[in-house]
Amino acid sequence: MKKYIPLLFTSIILLSSVNAQSKDDLVCLDCHGDKTFTTTRNGKKVSLFVNGKSFAGSVHEEISCTSCHSDVDPNNLPHSEKLSKVVCATCHETPALHYDRSLHAQAFKKGLSLAPTCISCHTKHEILSSKNPKSRTYVMNIPALCGQCHKEGTPVSGLVNPEERKVLSDYSESIHGEGLFKRGLIVTAVCTSCHTSHDILPHTNPASTINRNNITKTCTQCHRQIEQVHQKVIRGALWEKEPNKIPVCIDCHAPHKVRKVFYDDSFPDDKCMKCHGQKDLTKVINGKAVSLYVDLAQFKKSAHTNNSCIKCHTNISNSKNPVCLNSGKVDCSICHTTQVDDYNISLHGQKHAAGDKTAPYCSDCHTTHNVQSKKDISSPTFARNVPELCGKCHREGKNIATALDESKLGIVANYRESIHGKGLLQSGLMVTATCVNCHSSHRELPKKDPRSTINPNNIAATCAQCHLGVYEDFKNSIHSPNISKTDKKLPVCNDCHLSHEINRVDLSDFKTSIINQCGKCHKEVTETYFDTFHGKVSKLGSFRAARCSDCHGAHNILPVENPASKLSRGKIVETCKKCHPNSNKKFVGYLTHATHHNREKYPYLFYTFWFMVILLTGTFAFFGIHTLLWFPRALKENRRHKELEKKVQEENATKKIAEEYNRED
Amino acid sequence: MTDTSIEKKGKYYERFDAYSRFLHVLVITSFILLAITGMIIKFSGSGVFQTLSNMMGGYAVTGFIHRFAAIVTFIYFGLHIGYLIRKIKKKNSKFTSLLHGENSLVPNKKDLTELIATMKWFVGKGPRPQYGRWTYWEKFDYWAVFWGIAVIGSSGLILWFPEFFTGLGLPGSFINIATIIHSDEALLAVGFIFTYHFFNTHFRPDKFPMDTVIFTGKVHIDELKEDRPREYEIIMQDPELQKKLGDAPPVFLRRAARIFGFTALTTGVILIILIIYSMIFLYQ
Repeated sequence: MKKYIPLLFTSIILLSSVNAQSKDDLVCLDCHGDKTFTTTRNGKKVSLFVNGKSFAGSVHEEISCTSCHSDVDPNNLPHSEKLSKVVCATCHETPALHYDRSLHAQAFKKGLSLAPTCISCHTKHEILSSKNPKSRTYVMNIPALCGQCHKEGTPVSGLVNPEERKVLSDYSESIHGEGLFKRGLIVTAVCTSCHTSHDILPHTNPASTINRNNITKTCTQCHRQIEQVHQKVIRGALWEKEPNKIPVCIDCHAPHKVRKVFYDDSFPDDKCMKCHGQKDLTKVINGKAVSLYVDLAQFKKSAHTNNSCIKCHTNISNSKNPVCLNSGKVDCSICHTTQVDDYNISLHGQKHAAGDKTAPYCSDCHTTHNVQSKKDISSPTFARNVPELCGKCHREGKNIATALDESKLGIVANYRESIHGKGLLQSGLMVTATCVNCHSSHRELPKKDPRSTINPNNIAATCAQCHLGVYEDFKNSIHSPNISKTDKKLPVCNDCHLSHEINRVDLSDFKTSIINQCGKCHKEVTETYFDTFHGKVSKLGSFRAARCSDCHGAHNILPVENPASKLSRGKIVETCKKCHPNSNKKFVGYLTHATHHNREKYPYLFYTFWFMVILLTGTFAFFGIHTLLWFPRALKENRRHKELEKKVQEENATKKIAEEYNRED
Repeated sequence: MTDTSIEKKGKYYERFDAYSRFLHVLVITSFILLAITGMIIKFSGSGVFQTLSNMMGGYAVTGFIHRFAAIVTFIYFGLHIGYLIRKIKKKNSKFTSLLHGENSLVPNKKDLTELIATMKWFVGKGPRPQYGRWTYWEKFDYWAVFWGIAVIGSSGLILWFPEFFTGLGLPGSFINIATIIHSDEALLAVGFIFTYHFFNTHFRPDKFPMDTVIFTGKVHIDELKEDRPREYEIIMQDPELQKKLGDAPPVFLRRAARIFGFTALTTGVILIILIIYSMIFLYQ
């Protein structure tokens, strides 16, 4: 019994306070209970009557008059004639806050007489709960409540856009309105379901529930998992994460007029073709007439044949005339999200977004209505046509090619001559790599970009899409970053196999150049390689002479210490046997990178070389001096000889004359 | 010393018999071929030699020519040895007969005195030595070929059959050593023949532009008297040797000798220019 005593006390106190309140209220009603109690404000007669009965039935029945009219002292009556306005925010903080930033409040602050305040909807003393069917804010009554101002013909409706004037009648015809009025569904959406009760904001406000970015969230309050119904159009995740990527509810289901019909049916293709089937239909863009003709027959052959116009050209509205006026570019991401995401990341996308007119958009490669599957032989994106497609811009003489650095000139021509190009264009191999296999179709990026498929860090994986076997070898080789942890640059596929000029590895061109490729990093061994027979013969253009890869392997290069290496103690004889069938243990002792300039490493070669040098210089020096001395001496001798001969001849001549003279005698 | 045909009759002395001349043609041909194809490899980094290689049909062809000429070299070497043996047998003399006498190519004391005398003559402190059948520089040329064939030939065989020689137990690095020896010894041979031999024998002012005696075999007795007084004296005293005096070589032979000789000389000079050019500009 004892524990009930505190409870008893509390209830007594509570009861007495209620009594006290009602006692105060009764005091108020002494005056305000009189129906004839009026005052004059701004020259107008204003009733000051408060229906005590109604108040007692209102949600505020348990609070006293002074709880709201706090500047009234019941013990000091009559109170001042001018009372301050009731502040609902004292108790209803959040709704008040919302109201305060709403369109309604803004209008009110501007002094617009039509702007509603709390009491406009909730009334003053006879406020009922919104759950009470008698309340003006009861769900069934909301359209009527809002309609008071927003229905056709009201002063407010005169302020809004013409198409929004009929909101109430539109609503009542809509699926929501029908649900409410005809089927009495109190779960149906009413004005406040979408616009909220207090936080009413214009749709241009990003915080508004009817803002484009938020509308989906708003609709999905009721239409949960709507994305499943719309799966063909939308990828579920995007519905909430990136609603800007997809048409929002209202794009198809016009607000206030939401019909229970399939949207396609409301905008049938025939309607579009009425105008766009005419060949002379044009539109002037930047002073140029652009044809708006759509060849339906061709479209029917395209990959989109089963799509209605409206599926792509979403930005269509009955409120426009024509409905497609300024509907803008088609956003392919509605369906092709991943591709467009990639495109936006790509250099093409970046440049396009930056307003670069040379940057291609979806339709530049895929065409517009004629779009074909890449498996279709006539499609510009069909593998065999890709080099031509990319070549449209990336070819010499085209703007984009000249803008690139000069070393990149001749991309298309080089590709055509490359093993990939020949495979595609000459051998008709559909598995060969085209531009997009390496650069990706939609996400092409310059190689400096770490996300690029042709970035040095990614290129091996890119090539591995096809050359997986090679990649598996390379992955474990000394050149792989998995094996060699170094700050130095490790080679990747295209350091040896060039990108667009990629060649057959068994052709002399490749074999000749490979030495230079390896030599880029392995300078010393390459230089010494050229001192040996293999190197000398390769310099003369032989591709039968062993080159780097013939001994070291190509993709599976391993350090010599590794027993699996082609040059390991156990395997080297076998490796040399490829060319030297009688290779033996001693034979492989041949120094393939020997130099006679290194005394420490190769003393025998060093001393042999210097012995030969001394022998040569000695011999040449001796005979050099010999000749240098001989030459002037021999010249002198020659001259003397000739003089002597002359003398003899002269003497002979005089003799002859003397003889003749004597004979005459 | 007027050049009338009557005076030519019986005035030409045969210094080289047909067999020796034929061998020298073999030597010249194979040596030039070896020199060209070898230098192509030695200076493979030089554009000139790369072009030369391509002109000749590429490394495979030049390699074949080199080996072919090597075989010719071994053949003439063998033929010459056979020639010496036959010579001994013919005279029924001993092997040692090759080592002594005026006709021997083995250097002796006289060569040393002649060398010194030549040096004196060069500087104007003495008369021109009375050279005999072989001067000391000719003996050097002769032994240079012997030495060259031994050294270049053996190292060349190692390079030609490396698997065979290493199979016999030769260490692999000997292939590298053989490369150095082969290549530098060849450079010595080529450099020597195409400069000093050419000068000593053909380009020296008293023989310029060339001495065709190695092809025609015959030299005018007056020229011999001037050039090799000692040999002339010996001939004049030995009726057996005087049998070798005869008429001037036929015109066709002289013409052929000139054409072949000039071709060889020009090839050699061009090659030496290319070598010097490559060494200066490409192997700095």
